[in-house]
Amino acid sequence: MTIRKTFARLRSAHEMALIAYETAGFPSLTDSISNIRLLADNGADIIELGIPFSDPIADGPTIQASSHVALEKGISLEQILEIVSHVETETPLVAMSYLNPLLSYGQNHLFEDMKSSGFSGLIIPDLPLEESGDWQRKARENGIDLIFLVTPTTSAERLTALVKASEGFIYCVSLTGITGARTALPPHLSEFIKKVKSLTDKPAAVGFGISTPDHVRQLKGIADGVIVGSRIVRAMKNREDVGALVRGLKEACIES
Amino acid sequence: MSQLPDATGHWGAFGGRYVPETVMTALYELEAEYKAMKKNSSFNREFNQILCQYVGRKTPLYFAERLTRKIGGAKIYLKREDLAHTGAHKINNTIGQILLAKRMSKPRIIAETGAGQHGVATATACALMGLDCDVYMGAVDVKRQRMNVFRMELLGTKVIPVESGSQTLKDAINEAMRDWVTNIENTFYCIGSVVGPHPYPMIVRDFQTIIGQETRRQILDQEGRLPDLLVACVGGGSNAIGLYYPFLEDNAVRIIGVEAAGESIESGKHAASLGQGSPGSLHGAMSYMLQDEHGQVLEAHSISAGLDYPGVGPEHSYLKDIGRVEYVSATDQESLDAFRLLCETEGIIPALESAHAVAHAVKEADNMSQDEIIVVNLSGRGDKDLEIVEGLV
Repeated sequence: MTIRKTFARLRSAHEMALIAYETAGFPSLTDSISNIRLLADNGADIIELGIPFSDPIADGPTIQASSHVALEKGISLEQILEIVSHVETETPLVAMSYLNPLLSYGQNHLFEDMKSSGFSGLIIPDLPLEESGDWQRKARENGIDLIFLVTPTTSAERLTALVKASEGFIYCVSLTGITGARTALPPHLSEFIKKVKSLTDKPAAVGFGISTPDHVRQLKGIADGVIVGSRIVRAMKNREDVGALVRGLKEACIES
Repeated sequence: MSQLPDATGHWGAFGGRYVPETVMTALYELEAEYKAMKKNSSFNREFNQILCQYVGRKTPLYFAERLTRKIGGAKIYLKREDLAHTGAHKINNTIGQILLAKRMSKPRIIAETGAGQHGVATATACALMGLDCDVYMGAVDVKRQRMNVFRMELLGTKVIPVESGSQTLKDAINEAMRDWVTNIENTFYCIGSVVGPHPYPMIVRDFQTIIGQETRRQILDQEGRLPDLLVACVGGGSNAIGLYYPFLEDNAVRIIGVEAAGESIESGKHAASLGQGSPGSLHGAMSYMLQDEHGQVLEAHSISAGLDYPGVGPEHSYLKDIGRVEYVSATDQESLDAFRLLCETEGIIPALESAHAVAHAVKEADNMSQDEIIVVNLSGRGDKDLEIVEGLV
């Protein structure tokens, strides 16, 4: 199913989308692949698969450490695309990758190979709109949604351009900072999301620092989806009950 | 080519702004403020006054007569950046950036440092101007360079050890960027070389161009003509571009950049990003870099901490590709030999970084005639390296 259809279905059911992140290759490649099913079976509506990079400047300690473990095991984008192509799931898969591994793979094959592996979308946190022309075109040609991030420091002018360019959904970064679980949501978050929603009919999902069902509940009626990353990676690392964690988050997306 | 970068911060395919969205607005603000300051006479007056009275500029262009005679070829001149306050060219840039930060009313400064030279230069400028300063430094480097950590602390700066990744300069830059993303509203990131997202490579180059401007006037005054060859070491490349920039349009002047060949190029343990790397995106810019076949950044190796970096400034990548500058390399051993040679022939203890430039310059001098002229950028003094060198030479 496409990202857009997933959001449309959830919207008519008055549910928020739960976008669950995990790092590909963490704790091992096979575990991360079986965790796709685990996340989906317990309520994740979209799965964001992080492609490990040696220098992840937008990530906090949890995702940095998981990327490091994956790279120590020699994980590569080639391997990830290959193994994901064998995963059968209706849940849309979105890749999150820093630019350099993608450049190294080659822009020309990347989108075709992502498509044939079953990916629906791509997030590149260090690719700004200004440098994204070719990437947008190639993504569109291959039916991959190129998802852009907007942040509380994004100017009004940039915000307008970014919501226009972003496909699938708008990734709203909740705060000025890096990824990582936090105790409370930042102030002014609802005003920021409302500002984004006033500019577009595209779904807006909120990520960075979202880690508890209570955080999710506070966003009901404001955002169309939530992205939970570091909290899930931490649960995988500590061998917590990841299924129960995801179910709890999804229940908070459904409650009215 | 001296008109570059273009309006979007590119030198051909290199440069640009490959950073998270959170800092994009701040980069535009910085660019606008910088362009305004560049034309602001009170800013320029203050900058020049500090360079003159506090840093000790202009630095001499010194004819190394005994070294020249010993080699028996071209005349070798040394641009004495080692005589600038804090002992290296780094101070030219930090004075400029911290003045800019002060005028932008940013109360907090952050910086990254490898060996500690840029950290010390930033801490110095912050002490001079009364601003708070935090410096990120790889945990490995904190242990290797204890005296520089102490220097920064004496100057009122907090040194934050970075435990992630290889715990060296590359990781210190990552952590400084994460801090900047988090504290963007009140924090100014003072980058130490001609690397990072636009407008940094341009700003740092402009502040370092004083080196080449002085050299040009001095050589015309002392020799009545331009040099035949310029030589500088290249890690990120700020001392090199500072020397080269005013000569780029003078096609008769050959220009060479010397990267660190570490143990040797063949061993794979080197820092020759331009010589052995390939284009990619690192720390906010497109440039040559050391990377594996999957686009993961490789660790660099050099006896000289200031050259121990897997990337390089985007302008150097451009100058390499258009063929204006030749990039070569010198090994750890060649640099140690040059270090000793300069100590013995001239009574000058060079930084190990600068010794790479000296090592290549004497090879070139040997093949040139006695009426030709080489200018070597002696970017820093070697006191900081004595512990490393002890027992090796």
